[in-house]
Amino acid sequence: MGSSSSSLSHIPDGQQLMGETGFSAAHLLRLHERFELLDKDSRGHLRPEDFEEIRELTENPVGGRIIGAFFPPEKETLDFPSFVRILAHFRPTGKNRSRDRTQPEPANSRTGKLKFAFKLYDQDRDGKISRDELLQVLRAMLGLQVTEEQLQSIAERAIQEADLNSDGAISFDEFKKSLEKVDIEHKMSIRFLK
Amino acid sequence: MCVYPCTPLCPPVPSSCYPSMMAALWTLFWALSVCLLGCAGLTPPQAHNLPPSVGSNSSSSSGGGGLHVDAPMALRVFSLDYHHVQAPFEIVLWIMLASLAKLGFHWSGRVPAVVPESCVLIMVGLLVGGVIYGVRHSAPPTLSADSFFLFLLPPIVLDAGYFLPGRLFFENLGTILWYAVLGTFWNVLGIGLSLYGVCLLAPSSLGDISLLHCLLFSSLIAAVDPVAVLSVFQEMQVNDQLHILVFGESLLNDAVTVVLYKLFESFLRLPSVSGLDVLLGMCRVVVVGLGGLFLGLFFGLVAALTSRFTSRAQVIAPLFVFLYSYLSYLTSEMLHLSGITAIVTCAVTMKQYVEANVSERSNTSIQYFLKMWSSVSETLIFIFLGVSTIQDVHMWSWPFVCSTLLLCLFWRTTGVLLLTSVVNKLRRNAVTFRDQFIIAYGGLRGAICFSLVFLIDDFPKKKLFITTTIVVILFTVFVQGMTIKPLVELLDVKRKKKALPTVSEEIHTRLIDHLMAGMEDVVGYWGQHFWKDKFEQFNKKYLRRFLIREDQQAHSILRVYQELERRGQRGDAEASSVVDPRPPSRPLLPEEMDSIRRILSRNLQNFNKKQTRAYSRHSLHQDVATNRARKPLHRHQSVGGRYTCNTTAPQEDDERLSDSLRGRAGLSRSHTVCTRSSRRTLSDSLASTESQTQSQPENPKPEGVDQTSSDQQHPVEKTPKKQLSFNLENENQQ
Repeated sequence: MGSSSSSLSHIPDGQQLMGETGFSAAHLLRLHERFELLDKDSRGHLRPEDFEEIRELTENPVGGRIIGAFFPPEKETLDFPSFVRILAHFRPTGKNRSRDRTQPEPANSRTGKLKFAFKLYDQDRDGKISRDELLQVLRAMLGLQVTEEQLQSIAERAIQEADLNSDGAISFDEFKKSLEKVDIEHKMSIRFLK
Repeated sequence: MCVYPCTPLCPPVPSSCYPSMMAALWTLFWALSVCLLGCAGLTPPQAHNLPPSVGSNSSSSSGGGGLHVDAPMALRVFSLDYHHVQAPFEIVLWIMLASLAKLGFHWSGRVPAVVPESCVLIMVGLLVGGVIYGVRHSAPPTLSADSFFLFLLPPIVLDAGYFLPGRLFFENLGTILWYAVLGTFWNVLGIGLSLYGVCLLAPSSLGDISLLHCLLFSSLIAAVDPVAVLSVFQEMQVNDQLHILVFGESLLNDAVTVVLYKLFESFLRLPSVSGLDVLLGMCRVVVVGLGGLFLGLFFGLVAALTSRFTSRAQVIAPLFVFLYSYLSYLTSEMLHLSGITAIVTCAVTMKQYVEANVSERSNTSIQYFLKMWSSVSETLIFIFLGVSTIQDVHMWSWPFVCSTLLLCLFWRTTGVLLLTSVVNKLRRNAVTFRDQFIIAYGGLRGAICFSLVFLIDDFPKKKLFITTTIVVILFTVFVQGMTIKPLVELLDVKRKKKALPTVSEEIHTRLIDHLMAGMEDVVGYWGQHFWKDKFEQFNKKYLRRFLIREDQQAHSILRVYQELERRGQRGDAEASSVVDPRPPSRPLLPEEMDSIRRILSRNLQNFNKKQTRAYSRHSLHQDVATNRARKPLHRHQSVGGRYTCNTTAPQEDDERLSDSLRGRAGLSRSHTVCTRSSRRTLSDSLASTESQTQSQPENPKPEGVDQTSSDQQHPVEKTPKKQLSFNLENENQQ
């Protein structure tokens, strides 16, 4: 579909996006194609309804939250740079690159990925996962299989396990700590985004 | 010094009686060898294969061969009729010898740390074979290919398949297939062609070995043997990923090897080989592999379905597992498909459903029997490898043997390097250089090569092939097997992390799985999560409903949670307060925090004492995926049985046991939560309680963090109906 350099010109601020997110030109193009595919009315930006067209996403227990993660509370539209910035979280982490300390933490670092997952829980953006927020997620995932009491118990146990300062909620650091044994860089990467 | 962690089951042996036990064992061992020699001496020296033909009856009519008792003149008070029991007697003696050797190995001080078990067994076999040869001056009994393939190999492969870590295997499946299929092709062609080159270079001694013969030989010598590999990796702790790669590859390359072997064999029988034949050969490889797969799937599903109905005859439930697996193996062998693939697929398929359906005890029986049979098989194979080495069929040729050895190593190394460089571009977790070294160096050959070489049609240089095969096997098992551990330590392979997920890990990991599936949908990429999710959905909607008993179909997070509850009740003996879980943010009472801390520290202490292994050939480690710490909890609940593995204070268990036996009032949480119907008898409900803590194999049970009373102790006055809702009439409602 044309050489990358010529097609990159279709994408506004293509070079800048590449530098910011670390995607290569080929990846950006691919994402742009996908963006245009989702954007059925060719409006140049996406709306939540476009995401809801993806059938598998609506069947996903946390599908609504994922859509919500793309659209911050004030905005109703999603332009391409924002789309790419969010997807940058799922780029596989390169290893042992010496990072400039003055630069902000890249989106696809372990912390960046965990922050994204954290935001899925923390809908009210207060920086903590309260028991209710955890309950909502559990309810979505476990569905009709569990009674309310059991959900409460599970949530309670999870909070107890992770909650180090005993404030009844899980902060980001506690969240990070509870997942320290899990290989997040591996799990939260989409392979072709390299 | 035991290499394996001594379970608390074996009483600690005071060091004073250590030497006497050793002495006793060795005496027994030598006594047995003498018995074997006696038997060997008793039978007329005919080369017989296992199982030997049953001796003739002592009937008076047919004269012919074999001893028969003359019509007695008077009544005999004491008589010896060896031939009557000869066959089973000899078999039992061999098995006994093998097992005693194994026992002796484990008791023999520092030997296990240095020499892998397979080496010792082969040496024992060599010894016994040598002695038998010396006594009888003829070849000792050899392992017939039939008995190897039909009786000795299936238990080992079944055991490997049943305890396969499912999630890890499927996540790495692409890489494993890549190594297994392509790697084997590379090895076979490489070794075959270069060996032919060597034969061309030495036309005087090796001139009559054709290209096809070389290819045939290379197809059997390139086979990395699951038996040998497992028995060496056993003794090292390497990280899960590496373990599964090597293990999976050695298991799956059977389809390719045996088929290639049979292919070349049939080519040899054809007058000439055309391009069409080669093409058909390729198709055949594919058919054999896939055929084995589907056959295994079929039998696995049927076995799962059968196990659904075994609740009323629990004792024979384990039998179905073995019967169906063996049947799948035999059927695929009958159809000339890949038996190993079939049996592995069968085991993997039926495992999660069977474990959910049968009782806890049946599960334990299945696992123990599998381990036992595979242990015996493996020991026998190695002993016979040693014994069969002593025979007069050897033909030696320095260039051939040495070049085979070198070429095997060379082609394997280059193959691994090449394949890994390609596959690393596609994998998230790269296979490091150290891992590659271990994969290449850990390519041990074993009994499969040995049996296949005996099956070759006779031709002048067959003896050379046999000798070379034996040398290669002995070399890889001894030299590579013994040096791999120091080399691994030298290279500092990434050790396995002792990770045990907690409830929050489980929840977050599940969330991340869903998130990734959603992200892949957004991006339009059909990644691994997509297929995993699709399979999970399919599994939940159709397979589990159909194949698992209605009352068993709990979700994995639930199971984890039930498990933790169960363990929490051990700490409940101290916790007194009953807490209502409703008020959302109620601070914990001080005594609850105390009991939490106590339980945490106690459990963490237990956790540190255990060694974790992903797959253990010789013992049922508690962290074999689905078994984690489930058994001891239920042992103490079952009437009459009590283990102390992994439990904290036996006194509490006693209390708990007597509590539960005393009556339903004040019942432990497990009874209240999980018992489906109160009309069942106590033992039944215990069994169902136990069986309801089974989890899917992909979700290993958490351990360590425990919970106490702050987490709902269901007040006793709750009706059973309410408690049942824990197992929701789940999918039936959806």
